[in-house]
Amino acid sequence: MENHILNVRNLTVDIPLPSGMLHAVQGLSFHVDRGETLAIVGESGCGKSLTSLAIMGLLPKKAIRTADLLELAGEDILNATESRMSDIRGSLMGMIFQEPMTSLNPAYTIGNQLIETMRRHRPVSVDEARDRAVFLLEKVGITAARSRLTQYPHQLSGGLRQRVMIAMTLMCGPDLIIADEPTTALDVTIQAQILLLLAELQKEFDMGLILITHDLGVVARVADRVAVMYAGQVVEEGSATQVFGRPTHPYTQGLLDCIPIPGKTERGKHLGSIPGIVPSLVGNLSGCRFADRCQHAMTDCSAADVGFRPASEVGHAYRCLLTPEQSAQNAAKLGAA
Amino acid sequence: MLIFAVKRLAVAILVAITVSLLTFSMIYLSGDPAMALAGESATQQDIENIRRVYGYDKPIVIQYINWLGNALVGDFGHSHYLKTDVASVIFTRLPVTMTLGAAALSFALLLAIPLGVLAAMRPNTLIDRIALTLAVIGQALPSFWFALIMIYWFGIVWGMLPITGSASWLNFVMPSVALGYYVTPAVMRLTRAGMLDVLSSDYIRTARAKGLRPVAVLFKHALRNAVIPVVSLAAVQFGFMLGGSIVIETIFAINGLGQLAWESIQRADLPMMQAIVLVLACFYIVLTFLADLLNAFLDPRIRVG
Repeated sequence: MENHILNVRNLTVDIPLPSGMLHAVQGLSFHVDRGETLAIVGESGCGKSLTSLAIMGLLPKKAIRTADLLELAGEDILNATESRMSDIRGSLMGMIFQEPMTSLNPAYTIGNQLIETMRRHRPVSVDEARDRAVFLLEKVGITAARSRLTQYPHQLSGGLRQRVMIAMTLMCGPDLIIADEPTTALDVTIQAQILLLLAELQKEFDMGLILITHDLGVVARVADRVAVMYAGQVVEEGSATQVFGRPTHPYTQGLLDCIPIPGKTERGKHLGSIPGIVPSLVGNLSGCRFADRCQHAMTDCSAADVGFRPASEVGHAYRCLLTPEQSAQNAAKLGAA
Repeated sequence: MLIFAVKRLAVAILVAITVSLLTFSMIYLSGDPAMALAGESATQQDIENIRRVYGYDKPIVIQYINWLGNALVGDFGHSHYLKTDVASVIFTRLPVTMTLGAAALSFALLLAIPLGVLAAMRPNTLIDRIALTLAVIGQALPSFWFALIMIYWFGIVWGMLPITGSASWLNFVMPSVALGYYVTPAVMRLTRAGMLDVLSSDYIRTARAKGLRPVAVLFKHALRNAVIPVVSLAAVQFGFMLGGSIVIETIFAINGLGQLAWESIQRADLPMMQAIVLVLACFYIVLTFLADLLNAFLDPRIRVG
């Protein structure tokens, strides 16, 4: 508990729409420890990005955020004033966004944008901040760092810009970094580099890292723990080995079945897919959100909300009525088919 | 940046040459200038004399080169009506019009940009509605009518401001407001649209995620990007204002270039009109050039082109 950098309990984000209330995030609970990478996985629209914005306190104005607990390094950030939150953002926690092409201000040099971040939070001179910026640009693998400071974002490639963004979040040595699909907009060859870089920096600076992505291959390589989200809820949580080795929720099993594995998946064989579409999150929701698409659905599934329950191993939990044994059998069938 | 500036300068010079050509050809637009000068009862001999004295007998190209060469060193010839040097009249009237133009533009920008920013920060609220109403009224209201309304209330009924002349800065208040208000709506709406656009951009979200204070987010990161189109628009609007100053100066009896233009048109004083058009056009060209430079300063991506 004391070691938790971020502690989230029962986080809910609702967005009022003309057609009703959109329950974007429903009762999310998780924690991140120092030096740990938590991956939040799920398809588009499952509430991953809103979760990260909710933690940062950057939700759109009309969104309604509630929680039982939201703590960063022991400090309550649920009820913190906006002024205190702006002190925390960029200082204790930083965020890396999906679109490196547009996330830097085109009107200012990257040096200016790096230095201002540090000078906002720390009583340092411009020269000290500049030295720190050079140090971090080199850390994130940018060559000729000092001369890069006078360049504008449009003079850099997407990969370089994302590296600059990473350096920017590191300027004040934060406890927690939230990376919201940091590689989605990048070339495949660059994606792996950026992720490994993030993982490396996270170990080096002993930070907590929340990695939000829908790329399971990425998760398997860098995550310590994984939370699988579906339709605004966590449906399975555990260590990376547990979730990937013994996926217990039918949705997780389906997701993993969608991924071709070199050498294992035969040529010409159909890749798995999950039939149906994500349910609407507008209005009153009850029962298992995945029931409509689940091939193991039973009548009980739609009757009432399904609770989170422990799987056979400690630290591994899932949201399904099937017993761990039944799930294991299903997984075996998927693998054999 | 230097290459960009040189390119823009070259364009500006080309535009200036084109304008000078058009201005020069003004004399021949209303028929034979010698005949017009000589008047109805003149003999053929008088017309021939006038043609020779004013150089109208020379080839047109030579006439143009002579005229342009003189204009470049500040010699615009003699006024047909005032019997004095055109240049000296122009340069006593020019500062008055420039004062009016600068005051009107300042008024317009100081009203339009803050209102546009406020409207963008609180879209669809009371302040946005008020700004929109002001914009619609400004767009719909002819400036001469607005000027007359102001004269009636502030000048006559309440006697707060002088209604004619250019003796003190008080004389410039009503004309500047009348002239500036006309360009306010366009600038304000563009500022609002630009701000709305920028405020929802990813780099503003980044700025907030860095913990920057709202003031820094708004003024350092948002406004600079939002005003880029406004700068170009303001330069164009300033050109409109120079035209509009003909009406406003006439209404308020301000001895500026606008009023001189109006009088010269009535007197068919061609050299004077040519000089006024050329001077105002050059001002407009210089302003556009400066706006381009300012934009290049504000947005590094422009500098490349």
